[in-house]
Amino acid sequence: MTTNVIGKPITRVDGRDKVTGRARYAAEFNQPDQAYAVIVNATVGLGRITAIDDAAVAKMQGVISVLSHLNAPKLPYRPHKGSIDPQAGERLHVLQDDAVRFHGQPVALVVADSLDHAERAAAALRIIYEARRPVVDISDPDAQPILPEVSEDHTRGDAEAAFANAPVKLTATYDIARENHNPMEPHATIATWQGEKLTIWSKSQYVVNEQAEIAAIFGIPAENVHVICPFIGGAFGTSLRTWSHVTLAAMAARVTQRPVKLVLTRKQMFFATGHRPRTLQQVSLGAMHDGKLTSLIHEGTGETSRYEQFVEALVTSSSYMVSCPNVTTRYRLTPLDTGTPVYMRGPGEASGVFALESALDELSYALDIDPIELRRRNEPEIDEGQNKPFSSRPLMTCYEVGAERFGWSQRKPQPRSMRDGRLLIGIGAASATYPAYQAPSSARVRLLADGTAEVEVAASDMGPGTYTSMTQVAAETLGLPFDKVRFSLGRSDFPPAPSHGGSWTMASVGSAIRAACIAVLEEAGKRPAGERPLEAIASTERDTDVAGRFSMHAFGAVFAEVAIDPDVGTIRVRKALGVYGAGRIINPLLARSQCSGGMIGGMGMALMERTVLDARDGRPVNAHMADYLMPVNLDIPDIEVQFVDEVDPHVNPLGVKGLGEIALVGMAPAIANAVFHATGKRIRRLPILLEDMLEI
Amino acid sequence: MLPFQITKVRSVQDALQSAAVGGRYIAGGTTLIDLMRDEVERPDRLIDINALPFKQIRAEGSDLVIGALARMSEVAAHPDTLRLHPVIAESLIEGASPQLRNMASMGGNLLQRVRCPYFRMLDAACNKRTPGSGCSAIDGLNVGHAILGTSDHCVATHPSDVAVALVALDAKMRVWGPQGERTFPVEQLFRLPGDTPHLEHTLLPGELIIEIRVPGLSYSRRARYLKVRDRASYEFALIAAAAVLDLEGGVIRQVRLAVGGAGTRPWRLRAVEQELTGKPFERSVLEAAARTALEGARPLSGNHYKVELLPRTIVRALEMAGEIA
Repeated sequence: MTTNVIGKPITRVDGRDKVTGRARYAAEFNQPDQAYAVIVNATVGLGRITAIDDAAVAKMQGVISVLSHLNAPKLPYRPHKGSIDPQAGERLHVLQDDAVRFHGQPVALVVADSLDHAERAAAALRIIYEARRPVVDISDPDAQPILPEVSEDHTRGDAEAAFANAPVKLTATYDIARENHNPMEPHATIATWQGEKLTIWSKSQYVVNEQAEIAAIFGIPAENVHVICPFIGGAFGTSLRTWSHVTLAAMAARVTQRPVKLVLTRKQMFFATGHRPRTLQQVSLGAMHDGKLTSLIHEGTGETSRYEQFVEALVTSSSYMVSCPNVTTRYRLTPLDTGTPVYMRGPGEASGVFALESALDELSYALDIDPIELRRRNEPEIDEGQNKPFSSRPLMTCYEVGAERFGWSQRKPQPRSMRDGRLLIGIGAASATYPAYQAPSSARVRLLADGTAEVEVAASDMGPGTYTSMTQVAAETLGLPFDKVRFSLGRSDFPPAPSHGGSWTMASVGSAIRAACIAVLEEAGKRPAGERPLEAIASTERDTDVAGRFSMHAFGAVFAEVAIDPDVGTIRVRKALGVYGAGRIINPLLARSQCSGGMIGGMGMALMERTVLDARDGRPVNAHMADYLMPVNLDIPDIEVQFVDEVDPHVNPLGVKGLGEIALVGMAPAIANAVFHATGKRIRRLPILLEDMLEI
Repeated sequence: MLPFQITKVRSVQDALQSAAVGGRYIAGGTTLIDLMRDEVERPDRLIDINALPFKQIRAEGSDLVIGALARMSEVAAHPDTLRLHPVIAESLIEGASPQLRNMASMGGNLLQRVRCPYFRMLDAACNKRTPGSGCSAIDGLNVGHAILGTSDHCVATHPSDVAVALVALDAKMRVWGPQGERTFPVEQLFRLPGDTPHLEHTLLPGELIIEIRVPGLSYSRRARYLKVRDRASYEFALIAAAAVLDLEGGVIRQVRLAVGGAGTRPWRLRAVEQELTGKPFERSVLEAAARTALEGARPLSGNHYKVELLPRTIVRALEMAGEIA
């Protein structure tokens, strides 16, 4: 019997718990006799601590402990690199020495019997520094790019020579601001020790890695660490890694022998919990007059810290997005006196695709060819970078569906040719892409006597609806009604899952659940009818043979209409459409929600988001929700999301490609291209601000 | 946040007596509590004035009288505001967010403190917060800062929207204090930073704003408040302009103009008003006059765009007012 649960627009199983407050987030797992920790952050951008005057603070009301490098326990910090940790360099060792590597680095911790007391003591703690001027700007003459240890340049043909000989050429540079994730829920950890066993309730997109990392830092067996995170109030990548505040909470709990709660402030979330790195890119395109590309050179540099090499796929998509015989991509890093960046929704691709899709749009005007037509003329038949076929590539279908839906044919080709009253109207489009990954995962399924089933995986749900969609996969596979299946996640003692990122949760965790469900049904077939409970655990990973034969990516076409006030320069997105080919859609309601959220993130990237560092001391100056702008309801227009029917038998047994990242990719270049169409002004720096429009 | 005492007062007498001992009045608390959490403000005593009878909004003849404790949202929605001075409603709606407007009082709105990020960071130099420590913004992030009325000691703008409209409309405020009652133009509440940026307003110790009176104006319906910013809501003005226009037969008979986001206080543009009076209501005329607003402008490293944006916003606000039938 099939219930056909997959593909149904089922509302969130955890929706009621979330809106009634029953869903418990990390900071809500308060423990008896809990103490409160507050981090003291470095107020200089580089240097060392020469003195800490904690005598007065230690005597303040309620203060239990003041920890710094002077008295903090020396932690083993055994080698450990999870899949999401930078493979080159070494993580920050918190409170282990006197060095200040970046502004806002945690340099002390105050533990007190109440949050008020801890905050007051933290504010009163005097720390003396020997400060030097940090280098925090990637374009600073003192900032030197390096070749990353883990990254390969791509070369096919001779892009430089082909560029020199191209009849039509274009070279442009792009500058994308640093961004912070700014989820609603702050980072939070509550830690408690029972002897040598540590339990932490912690906001994490990767509970099994948090378990392994904390075990390595404290030099204890992983089975002694238990991480619990049933709910996440948004993360966008910032909770992939186990940052220093988790270590500090566990350290404080051990020193004080009490449960300790540590919640970061909004301002602290701009310091040491990662960010989308600022990037500088240059794209050179050479083309024939008919639009056929003859050369593509895409070079990009991202910022990283001095102590770790954070790499992302900044220029990678240029190797497969267009057909071109001569392609070179180069990726470099610029170490700065800053904390290590981390993946932020659509990492790499969101920034790199902005450059490529802006350049293609610019080329289309130089050639007087419709921007979508230009992409069609350069649509590859195979992945020319890897020289193998795509498992599926619905990009042109996405453009066709989108162009029809968005009224592309009504668009007048000339820039600055469309108006609505006084307002300049522009319509732009851009491609989106993101790899269809699958990582090893496992899952446990239990069939119970009452006819229900339980499914458990150490997965996460930061908002896409993992609870709901995984329940659908299990119900479908088991042939049970949706409400007879209960799915649990967010515990490190559940069967391990990969990080909740990279758009691979459904491909990875869903595949494992499916396999475990099939296994338990097989087991049931061998047993006397009705024997319960029955349990099965399955582990899955990508079929390496198939992966070797195909290039696997999701694709999309994104459209934007902007209205620009020619007098005062304000830019408003009036309409947006994303059309995606992302394989099978498990739940169209959740999928649309996830995509519109990603598109709004892309609007933020295009028009608002930037973390401004003060060059004098590296401080993030706008570390405040009133000053770090993100779209609010009034900025968010009519957003439409569509999925093209796509059956990709190669990516994984479920046929899913993932949606989280691709939904942000492509939105920013679609907007920038629309801004050009409206005004005739090409802006190659994000975010595009109204001040950029004032010379029009 | 540092510990503090809070006293609820039920009469003006109580409030003034209470203030004589020292302490800060608190109404909606939307600025004060925020700053206390960051320890930028450190009052050890708060005097809760929310029970005082100054919430009324009423018409007196053609004057609009607004109690100092009326909430922004109440004033914005009040029929007398919409009838007598719609530009006040428009400027209020453009300010803050619905949640903040439901809490913030009109008196508190006028006394709100600057949004300069360095003012809010205890470890940064700021003459307004810590006199003599220096100004971090002059050589730092100053994209949103002022180009008019600045000094070498402070370049922060006054953040209120409604204050811009009130200054354009020649509103007066009534205050009660230990020395009794006095009434003066709202415009005179705000000081220029000069070399004492920590002194922001002209209230005497213990003085309490009671009400704001906006005189009737025959042409007050032909008025607009234009707030220009990168985000459509919940962002302080990069530049804002309140324009009130008396037009007859295509000629400007009278005009009132004030701007926000440009100056260190709500900035009335009398020279531009004079220049426009008696002139034809034509774009070229408006543009020429609007440039007069830049007299004495001192742009900083990050806000040169305001030199361009300020006159454009003035012109556009005037045009929008002129479009009203």
